[in-house]
Amino acid sequence: MIDPISGIFAYSFLRHATEAAFLSSISCGIIGAYIVARRMVFISGGITHASFGGIGLGYFLGLNPLLGAAFFSILTALGIRLASKRSEIREDSAIGILWSLGMAIGIIFIFLTPGYAPNLMTYLFGSILTVTPIDLYLMAGLAVFTLLLFTVFYRTILFISFDEEYARSHNAPVETVNYLLLALVALVIVLHIRVAGIILVISYLTIPQTTANIFVSDLKKIMFLSVIISFLGSMSGLIISYYLNIPSGATIIFVFVLIFLVARLFKSLQTRGHMQRSLQDGA
Amino acid sequence: MTKLLQLTNVSAGYDREVVLRDVNFAVNERDFIGVIGPNGGGKTTLIKIILNLLNPLQGTVERFGATNGSFTGYLPQQSHIDKKFPIRVLDIVLSGLMSEKNRFERYSVADKQKVMDLLRRMGIENLALRTTSELSGGQLQRVFISRALIASPKLLILDEPNTYVDNRFESDLYELLSELNKNMAIMIVSHDVGTISYFVKTIACVNRTLHYHLSNVITEEQLTAYNCPLQIITHGDVPHTVLQKHDHHHD
Repeated sequence: MIDPISGIFAYSFLRHATEAAFLSSISCGIIGAYIVARRMVFISGGITHASFGGIGLGYFLGLNPLLGAAFFSILTALGIRLASKRSEIREDSAIGILWSLGMAIGIIFIFLTPGYAPNLMTYLFGSILTVTPIDLYLMAGLAVFTLLLFTVFYRTILFISFDEEYARSHNAPVETVNYLLLALVALVIVLHIRVAGIILVISYLTIPQTTANIFVSDLKKIMFLSVIISFLGSMSGLIISYYLNIPSGATIIFVFVLIFLVARLFKSLQTRGHMQRSLQDGA
Repeated sequence: MTKLLQLTNVSAGYDREVVLRDVNFAVNERDFIGVIGPNGGGKTTLIKIILNLLNPLQGTVERFGATNGSFTGYLPQQSHIDKKFPIRVLDIVLSGLMSEKNRFERYSVADKQKVMDLLRRMGIENLALRTTSELSGGQLQRVFISRALIASPKLLILDEPNTYVDNRFESDLYELLSELNKNMAIMIVSHDVGTISYFVKTIACVNRTLHYHLSNVITEEQLTAYNCPLQIITHGDVPHTVLQKHDHHHD
């Protein structure tokens, strides 16, 4: 008799899903912590949705839709920054415009493409169960690159993120680092559209990080803990979705939020206990 | 006296607006300059020029003996800082050594020891591993002063240092600055003309241009002549050495 846990790993698509969960936890855990620390959640949402334009273009031209998405997301990321820097447009307004423009382009191209777009839903909602070996290689490359970048340049990135002006007064390469990381954010988003879908990918970049931030408030520790929470959440979600026969992406996010709520509750109980004890000590 | 900095015919501004015109100004070793002037008069612009954060529209800025960023130590106004950013006190202070480090170079134990020594001097060594969200405004201010000092700058620039500081630390701060002034020039931007005048040696009035006043005593008439109106904060009976009452009993 095979026990239920190892039973589900007998299928290769589940093995792939596990590997995908592991790799996405590393990239999304680290990059998400950077996004949350710098308050870049909205720009990340904009990049994610604008990439739909690239998916539509990919369908229309018969190319890999993710290639189009990568192109669109990087273009959007740079476009938002340049528009808010070089002109009078404020950043959040620029995000709103490019967000909807990307989606509109996507809808038009998909409409113009003859026939039915069979796996369009995969790009909207994602499916960790359909990742291919090629996806996994790309995700592995991205995870290794992200890990290396943040190991070697951690403090430079940290100092620039915390106080750009001060970093500039010390001749730090502020613009280079900002644009490089923005492009990396765009790439992480695109590669995880496969896993989580356009609609849900932002959850991988924000929920584990916010949960980690309940317990630790140093960027490096938030990154580390986010990776762990993300992996545990993805795996639990995957297993639950398999046995309840419900969509994996949505289940994983549900588990992320559940972990967040439990953590929040635990923390507030702990704080209350602390306060009561110190009140008693004071008496 | 060795000259550290020379601004010659400097004009500066943003977009289409010129904020400062024809500024001629020098800072020498061991100067202690109070920078005063109305809001929007160009105090912060002057500092950005000195820190090389802004290029002048006209004129030249010369820094003597400057090899890298450690030429100036800078305490910014706290308003532009994200106080919930997840960073430890130790790292904030280490960032003051940024320009001395190669991008690949790690921060050493000696660097961290230097941070701890400074924090001890500021009375906050117990906060080294805390993060910004756990600190009060006054504690954060001490952290930023430590960051400005860690690279032993030749010129220390403080932008409104007394905004977030409690009264007790304020007197400590001025004592500290007087001591630091033995080794470095200091420029301090402040609204609180009364208090800084005890400590500064000279006063720079900044309003669209710069008038340099070679004393820490200045009269209201002189301020008017410099086109430098100020909202004077009165402290009850505390005497204002900076604003000598003009003697109206002329014969």
